[in-house]
Amino acid sequence: MGLLSKKDRKLILDPLADDNPITIQVLGICSALAITAQLKASIVMTISVIFVLGLGNVVISLIRNIIPSKIRIIVQLTVVAALVIIVDQVLKAFSYQLSKELGAFIGLIITNCIIMGRFEAFALGNGPWKSFLDGIGNALGYGVILIIVGFFRELLGSGTLLGYKVLGDPITKTGVYAFGYENNGFMLLAPMALIVVGIIIWVQRSRNKALIED
Amino acid sequence: MGLKNKLHDLKVKYQGKKMAPAFNAIHTFLYAPNETTHSGSHIRGADDLKRTMNTVIMAMVPCLIFGMFNAGYQHNLALGEIAKSVGFLGETFWTMDNLVVGLWKVLPLVVVSYGVGLLIEFIFAVIKGHEVEEGYLVTGMLVPLIVPVDIPLWMLAVAVSFGVVIGKEVFGGTGMNILNPALTIRAFLFFAYPTWMSGDKVWVHGAVERAGTPDAISGETILGGLAQNKGVLGYDVMDMFYGIIPGSVGETSALLILLGGLFLVFTKIGSWRIMLSSVLGALVMGLIFNWVVDADVITESSKFYGLMSLPFWHHLLIGGFAFGTVFMATDPVTASQTNKGKWIYGFLIGFISIMIRVFNPAYPEGVMLAILLMNVFAPTIDHYVVQANVKKRLKRAKVKTA
Repeated sequence: MGLLSKKDRKLILDPLADDNPITIQVLGICSALAITAQLKASIVMTISVIFVLGLGNVVISLIRNIIPSKIRIIVQLTVVAALVIIVDQVLKAFSYQLSKELGAFIGLIITNCIIMGRFEAFALGNGPWKSFLDGIGNALGYGVILIIVGFFRELLGSGTLLGYKVLGDPITKTGVYAFGYENNGFMLLAPMALIVVGIIIWVQRSRNKALIED
Repeated sequence: MGLKNKLHDLKVKYQGKKMAPAFNAIHTFLYAPNETTHSGSHIRGADDLKRTMNTVIMAMVPCLIFGMFNAGYQHNLALGEIAKSVGFLGETFWTMDNLVVGLWKVLPLVVVSYGVGLLIEFIFAVIKGHEVEEGYLVTGMLVPLIVPVDIPLWMLAVAVSFGVVIGKEVFGGTGMNILNPALTIRAFLFFAYPTWMSGDKVWVHGAVERAGTPDAISGETILGGLAQNKGVLGYDVMDMFYGIIPGSVGETSALLILLGGLFLVFTKIGSWRIMLSSVLGALVMGLIFNWVVDADVITESSKFYGLMSLPFWHHLLIGGFAFGTVFMATDPVTASQTNKGKWIYGFLIGFISIMIRVFNPAYPEGVMLAILLMNVFAPTIDHYVVQANVKKRLKRAKVKTA
């Protein structure tokens, strides 16, 4: 990574672990609970958020000096909304089935607190390049958690990964199902997503004690 | 040199080491420690945590033994090998054949429940470096009593680890938990593996594996029958009271639960306020439903008719209501602490139990959900009871000074 200075690298890598938007800042929990029942949905959501947050941060950073501060929230919303509509239309055009599965949640990226949070906290006070890196970093940090949660929920809840029956077929009783294993229906319910996120937070904080607040 | 001294030597040897809590736990479980305070004004009650837990377990043992006989009896009865037992001392009920089937099915549940649960307790004690807590003794006995007899053992093991870690250890261990761990375990099983926790098969041993074959047998509970407007399935009130009906392992016999409850009240371990108010709550809700039926608001065509038209006091005898009220609602950690709070807490448990039972046939066991819900509200109830008392006393103080 000769391309990036040490400071720039920090912008991308910090949100992945020690400054993770979900597990440390506790932002964007709602979508982490709603769409992580399947790994595929988690991955698409991650890519969408990387696009929206990366580009949105650049746009806001470019016009940061001409936004009147009284109406900055509405300007930010307009920028997110425009980007989200692009994502939504692209999905509808090239992957209609997936777009139907994700339903309202792509549209609801607008309300994802991480995006407005980064606009307010970072893009309004930094240059476009740094804002871009910050956006990508935070979206990746969000995506990492989404993908971990989606992985466990789909594997244990449906016995599949990305739709492939990795554990065997529950109806014809092949693979582990032959030994009496059964899918855990609780994993598909939203409360279990919260518990999985909780366990990630627990593991993370017991590995790095500095993260524990009093 | 007896076992006691050997354990004591081990304790000294491992003092300050990582595994020390595990040895200490076994030592103090079996014997009084060698070092006790000798002088000074130490007043000790005999009713420490271990004594309390053991008393509750003693109150549950009759239910467990009855559950074993009942598991075998229901199995053999469904197969048509024995005649229907009449009365509590029916001659086809207390037989060796029934007991053998029951032991074969129920003992593994007890072993898995205690084995997995205590293993996790020991692991956490070693990691955290504190003494092993006794909290699991009662939970471990409750769990086998509130699951269907045919539940696969690995599911029970998964649920127990979930319940003990997420339901208790993350909050800080025994005495810190918000939710009753045994009910957390049952709720996990219920939502994770609904086909093994509800329906008309799982309650009688053998019904699941015979389903779809010419030898199929029914394993339906009375609640299940009522929810589908099929009536009480030919059981009479005394069957319900004695508990000679299908259901979770140890919760069927209202008679033995009543005896256990009286034992808990007499030894002052269980709160009579919670038990009484929860029965009152259930009766009130049952009366409301009966009144609705009498007023012809609900007719026989309604899907609620079966449960609503059940005489109000029968609700106390069927399902897990009696067991939940006596052994789980009274859990001192998760219940309300104030006396007035206990009345409110208990009443709402009874009231909501019957409401869920009637209105949501998908969750016939409303007791579990009602107790978990009220567990969450217990601190709030206590807060308002205490605040009301503070206000009352402040008022009195003002009147005096004025």
